[in-house]
Amino acid sequence: MPDLGLEVLLKGRNMERLLEGLGIALEISLISVAISIPLGILLGVLMAGKNPVIKAILRLYLEFIRIMPQMVLLFLVFFGTTRAFGWDLSAELASILVFTLWGTAEMSDLVRSALISIPKHQYESSAALGLSKSQIYGYIILPQTVRRLLPLSINLITRMIKTTSLILMIGVVEVLKVAQQIIEANRMASPNAAFGIYLTVFLLYFLACWPISLLAKYLEKKWR
Amino acid sequence: MRLGLAGIAISILLGLLCAVAQYFKIPVLRQIVAVYIEISRNTPLLVQLFFIFYGLPKIGIQTDAVICGIIGLAFLGGSYMAEAFRSGLEAIPPIQTETALSLGMSKWQTMRYVVLPQALSVSVPGFMANIIFLLKETSVFSAISLMDLMFTAKDLMGLYHKTTECLFLLVVFYLLILLPVSLLGSLLERRLRHAGFGS
Amino acid sequence: MAVRVLADNQPETLLSIENIVKKFGDNTVLNDISLQVHKGEVIVIIGPSGCGKSTLLRCINALEPIQGGQIKLNGQTIDPNGKDLTELRQKVGMVFQSYDLFPHLSVIDNILLAPCKVQKRDRAQVKEEALALLARVGLQDKAESFPRELSGGQKQRVAIVRALCMHPEVLLFDEVTAALDPEMVREVLDVVLQLAAQGRTMLIVTHEMQFAKAIADRIIFLDGGKILEDAPPEQFFNHPQTERAQQFLNIFEFEVVKPHPAPQA
Repeated sequence: MPDLGLEVLLKGRNMERLLEGLGIALEISLISVAISIPLGILLGVLMAGKNPVIKAILRLYLEFIRIMPQMVLLFLVFFGTTRAFGWDLSAELASILVFTLWGTAEMSDLVRSALISIPKHQYESSAALGLSKSQIYGYIILPQTVRRLLPLSINLITRMIKTTSLILMIGVVEVLKVAQQIIEANRMASPNAAFGIYLTVFLLYFLACWPISLLAKYLEKKWR
Repeated sequence: MRLGLAGIAISILLGLLCAVAQYFKIPVLRQIVAVYIEISRNTPLLVQLFFIFYGLPKIGIQTDAVICGIIGLAFLGGSYMAEAFRSGLEAIPPIQTETALSLGMSKWQTMRYVVLPQALSVSVPGFMANIIFLLKETSVFSAISLMDLMFTAKDLMGLYHKTTECLFLLVVFYLLILLPVSLLGSLLERRLRHAGFGS
Repeated sequence: MAVRVLADNQPETLLSIENIVKKFGDNTVLNDISLQVHKGEVIVIIGPSGCGKSTLLRCINALEPIQGGQIKLNGQTIDPNGKDLTELRQKVGMVFQSYDLFPHLSVIDNILLAPCKVQKRDRAQVKEEALALLARVGLQDKAESFPRELSGGQKQRVAIVRALCMHPEVLLFDEVTAALDPEMVREVLDVVLQLAAQGRTMLIVTHEMQFAKAIADRIIFLDGGKILEDAPPEQFFNHPQTERAQQFLNIFEFEVVKPHPAPQA
């Protein structure tokens, strides 16, 4: 049995520090989610609407954000704003900004496709029953949209949490960063720490995302 | 880039195998595939890469950066591709399989001539989305080499200055690669939807 | 046209269904069914929905496993797990209720797929045969079309040609007109009538009573998973023996509800 470097975890506050790192990652993603969901819903409704100019602009925004790797966006916002406008954003703020931009774009696309996936005859048959426009949306369209939307938005949350692993690149001290620090600090005492620590990080992320994925899957099945 | 393509090619293969294994409900393999998909979908690529690149060598599994990148990408992409294929397979009504069987085709022939061609066309949008996703994720690979750079270079400010310059090149570069793929994806999706197999 | 005469005086048994039992969970769908199908015979199976008609056909093609009894074709048992299952299935052609053409293949490729890939026959030869059959059902100019370009009735005729090209010994028709508009029902039924006139062995599940009367040598009335009646069409339709069959046939009669029907224009 080779030395797996797991004992480092039990030393001092190491495990606690890793969890704190995970906490920061979760915090950043949850704040971004909280902002992106209402914004995304608003943009999504606009995208499903009729104004061609607004639609074109939003489409452009969506395509741009979608196509750019998140890491590039992070660099752009963190270093780019310093250069271009002289802003001195903290790394945390820059991450929240990027994740919000990204989350809003993804959310708006989810909302848009959920809205247009409601078949036309749903509108027509509710209109034929004499429901008013707000009644049609309130009783017929929105409940169906939410059912389609919820599992997908929950999946978006896990994607955000996973992507937070990138923010160490701009210097946020989250799980991976903490892991690196621990490994560095114990390089002499426990050269194999990299295996154990990274394995732990791996498991931590899994434990954070898996229940959320399961919830999404459950809702998807229940509401099919 | 080549790394991205190799990783994607392997992940397509891996995904197809996993999807077929689940579709046919092959006993043990099916559970292994399910566990693999859950693990790979619920952890970030960067963490997977760190584990493969820094963690595994400690217990004696040596890999160089390229192999590690390809394995990481295939590990991540395989599960996403598997899901895309699986939803494609599930979209084919069972009557198609039954008809093929009633014409005397074997399970394998049914899969090859009847189910797969249809399933693949259904999975095209998901498939393209995954390719874009994976291409984007290749940017994460630079993290590994970049990390080393950061540790060795003490003059961080100097590094930042250079990074800013490279940044815009990087953006343009990614746009050049990803835009055609994205456009091709939506084009294919639209075309297939219009052609709309069946009624 | 109404009644066909058997070619043979001593009919040879082609398909033999012996005491089969089919259950879905605790629900017994087919309960100890036995039926002998002779060569050249046309048997029409009717009964209320949910009586197991379609399930019976599906069992014959081993699409459903059975929990008891056995099914023999030419004396050979059809075993859902057997190695020669695909061979047996080639001898049993089946046409389903829903349009089951392969949507990604053209009409001619739909027809040629199984003969070329399964039976490994010469493509040119099968194609010639397929085109001749398409012409017989009035679809000679549709060979290169895709299923989505065809009407329901046309799709069903292609599905019949596809089954015929495998040279099956017995044909199973599972409510082939149930999903069709009334005017298309006729064009499909005409094709089936043609096949009957050629002496094909067929098992037909249908709700078209007039058609059943015209084509059948024997009518099987199925209810509650059991065969309640097995009789020539005239006898079944004019003098049903069981109460269930009488009730069932009454569904197809309508009584005048208006005291003074509007005069014809």
